[in-house]
Amino acid sequence: MRMLRRIAAASLLALAAGAFAQVTDYHDIKTPPLRKFAMPQPKRIVLGNGMVIFLEEDHELPLIKGRALVRGGARDVPAGKAGMLTIYTQAWRTGGTAANTGDQLDDLLEARAARVETGGGTDSTTVSLDTLKDDFDVVFPIFLDVLRKPQFRADKIELAKTQANTGISRRNDEPTGILGREVQKLGYGAASPYARQSEYATIASITREDLLAFHDRTVHPNNIILALIGDFDGAKMEKRLRDTFGSWARGPQVTKPSPAMTPAKAGIYFISKDDVTQANIAMVHPGIERSNPDYAAVQVMNAVFSGGFSGRLMQSLRSQRGLTYGVGGGVGAPWDYPGLFRIQMATKSETALESVQALRDEAQRLVTAPVTAEELSLAKESILNAFVFTMDTREKALNQQVLLELYGFPPDYFTKYPALIEKVTAADVERVAKKYVHPDQLAVLVVGNEKSFEKPLSTLGNVTTIDVTIPPPPGK
Amino acid sequence: MRRVLLYATLLVLIVTSVTAQDLASFEKRATMRKLDNGLTVIVLERHDAPVFSYATVVNAGSAQEIPGITGLAHMFEHMAFKGSDRVGSKDWPAEQKALAHVEEAYAAYDRANHAAVRDDAQVKKLEKAWKDAIAEADKYVVNDEFSTIIGRAGGVGMNAFTAQDMTAYYFSIPSNRFELWAFMESERFRNPVFRQFYKERDVVFEERRMRIESSPFGRLMEQFLSAAFMAHPYGYGSGIGWPSDLHSFSATDASNFAKTYYVPSNMVVAIVGDVNPAEAWPLIEKYFGRLPKAPQPPELRTVEPPQGSERMVTLREQAQPLYMEGYHRPAATDPDNATYDVISMLMSSGRTSRLYRSLVRDKKIAAGASGFNGFPGEKYPSLFTFFGATTPGHTPDELAEGVQAEIERLKTEDVPAPELQSVKTRVKAGLIRELADNEDLALQLASYQVTYGDWRELFRSVDRVDKVSAADVKRVANATFTPNNRTVARIVSAPKGAAK
Repeated sequence: MRMLRRIAAASLLALAAGAFAQVTDYHDIKTPPLRKFAMPQPKRIVLGNGMVIFLEEDHELPLIKGRALVRGGARDVPAGKAGMLTIYTQAWRTGGTAANTGDQLDDLLEARAARVETGGGTDSTTVSLDTLKDDFDVVFPIFLDVLRKPQFRADKIELAKTQANTGISRRNDEPTGILGREVQKLGYGAASPYARQSEYATIASITREDLLAFHDRTVHPNNIILALIGDFDGAKMEKRLRDTFGSWARGPQVTKPSPAMTPAKAGIYFISKDDVTQANIAMVHPGIERSNPDYAAVQVMNAVFSGGFSGRLMQSLRSQRGLTYGVGGGVGAPWDYPGLFRIQMATKSETALESVQALRDEAQRLVTAPVTAEELSLAKESILNAFVFTMDTREKALNQQVLLELYGFPPDYFTKYPALIEKVTAADVERVAKKYVHPDQLAVLVVGNEKSFEKPLSTLGNVTTIDVTIPPPPGK
Repeated sequence: MRRVLLYATLLVLIVTSVTAQDLASFEKRATMRKLDNGLTVIVLERHDAPVFSYATVVNAGSAQEIPGITGLAHMFEHMAFKGSDRVGSKDWPAEQKALAHVEEAYAAYDRANHAAVRDDAQVKKLEKAWKDAIAEADKYVVNDEFSTIIGRAGGVGMNAFTAQDMTAYYFSIPSNRFELWAFMESERFRNPVFRQFYKERDVVFEERRMRIESSPFGRLMEQFLSAAFMAHPYGYGSGIGWPSDLHSFSATDASNFAKTYYVPSNMVVAIVGDVNPAEAWPLIEKYFGRLPKAPQPPELRTVEPPQGSERMVTLREQAQPLYMEGYHRPAATDPDNATYDVISMLMSSGRTSRLYRSLVRDKKIAAGASGFNGFPGEKYPSLFTFFGATTPGHTPDELAEGVQAEIERLKTEDVPAPELQSVKTRVKAGLIRELADNEDLALQLASYQVTYGDWRELFRSVDRVDKVSAADVKRVANATFTPNNRTVARIVSAPKGAAK
């Protein structure tokens, strides 16, 4: 009945709508100002032992989610142990706690449709929880046990190693996988913690002691940011967390490594793969860090170069020439270490060289062809109008504060960001393009079936062939 | 174990009330109506932030194709970003003439190109005439004006997909752009213009090369589906189209396809977010009401006949081994659909699932293994499919044996009550989690409305899962997983250069 009444009301309104004039040009459509809104920000709590806690109430659904973010990640793994972080983050959870094996945890949690999982990346690891709120009292103690008392049982370390070895054995099967991995090595240098790859030998060398040592080195309250969001009472939750974590003693602080970058020399690099009909192409040289004062101008430049369908790369290579399904690029700017300037695309083998040339031309044009007023306004308006989507949910607002805390940026960083974009001028874009994009320094990588290229790759210059044969396991 | 069971039982009570509550709360916030032209629109209010998401779902996909036009549903999806007579043209009357000329020139070229006795010189001449006509038409194009307008207005996540059963279009945009959205979204279907069609056809071919031809998994999938279906369009490879058709079909073909299937009564639009229904409905009526009423498209007649023989395909590749096996099962509207969902969860969901514990954890022969529904679609009878990737040194045959052992357990042993309960609990909680995101929810509401004729089925399907018994699982497993109903596809590793 309720639905019927609503429909009747809507029909009345529809009659009124007939009086509107027909719009035939989208320019005639008025845009009312965007409703002012402020997403509720999480409460920040700092414990005496240095642990930082963020709490965000969200009562729409009966759920509680959270994660402990622990400083220290893949870049902190010892040389010669590449791949250790994957083994560590997998066995951290599957290896169980003092009270339960990992398999027992699986049974306990899945019966409640709850999750406690471990993960990790370049600079940090995480223990996360996701549960119906009524199960929080069962799930939270498991979360604490996983965080503080993991056992890394041997059978699950072996299982994680088998999985890692499977990944190694399959890493040359998909061309995009090869490209993604090898371009990183060209950009940072193969030995860099931001590019190094695991091998059967490095996986074999990892021991349970290595994993326990990494846990001991990183999991201390002063290295942890804990964030919780969901259907709970903030004051009660705060008290519970203070009681739980307040007496945990500080430990050694994880410090950020500063490895040297050893990018590859400019030139053409080639990896042969003959079971494909496309050439995968990438170009790379060093980029910048997020803290760079030119960051906002670089973002506008990136949007001009490769923003959606309207960016120069998609316009030139897809819409106008039909050479590719996907092409993208820009100056990368990770939060606390140098990124890469990178372009990549895939095209049919028969247009491989044409595409390499077209991409080089676009990189050159970024430096030499001034950004037009139209390009600048489109880039800036796109970023500014879409800015609301960076904090349109409570969870996003929470995650932003966690990121800022982790990387030491001020809490109002995102609030102030639109003003920085607004200030960017065409001259700024031209200046940062000249400063951070260097077409003559690009390492160009092509993965594909050279027999089908329209011309030998050597017609573009000296070609360095990269051998991606997988080194066999030790003793084989 | 007893304690686990007790907790699980308590929990179910809680969760059941939660889903019922959610349905009631969503019904309160949702309005739905059918416009005079037959278009169904759903509006669901959520006022956290001044943004909304939408999904337009068309009840037509690659299953609506016939030989000669395979890939056309997906091709039209690409064209729906090229604008209309009012968006994307510098001079519509001139462009219209030029585009008509492109089609004439293409028809002549295509006929000569496919002639049984081919006159190469003539083909070349006609090809040039066609390309010249394209160059002329291109002069009037404002490149990607549609996407640019949305991007400038702050639209994010603009994309679309073509599946066997449906085609969906979606993005999110600040709520002060509601009227612009209503204009643009209806405009792209009111009078879609097939500008730059043949260039975009090249782009789509690149997508085929990327997803299918250059990927071992893509090649396996195409072979698997082609083997599993001999009559139904679910067997036309991957849905992206055969190379010959992608090289041949025309803008006229695409236009005919759209005229048949992109009619208001065959489409659903769902909007979720900061929208005031009192303001939104008049704008929806005003803009979407412009879509002309048209007859309901024809239903697909072909039904896949019973399989009657086991089928097996082997791809000899440089890549590492992969394994798939599929069994025909009824469409999603079948009363046993919920039982198939339960079987899929039992086999694949989480680390307690049977395939994980048996093949990954204990035997260590698979890096990952799953059994799932809805492949390649679910509107028509489709497949229950098992998929696995071997660990180093193990073979697809070992995976086949391992899967078979788990199938035998389904057929012969009752699912223990706690295991069945755990699955049901996760299905319910899964729905609650899905409700959190505007974009996901818009797509779900529209898809359920298209598939089942009622978006509430999203909630009811969970109740149906709750009623599945251990006996249902046994019965359905015995009826489905039989040798003559099986199609197997596998990649076996052949050294580089070996005879294939």
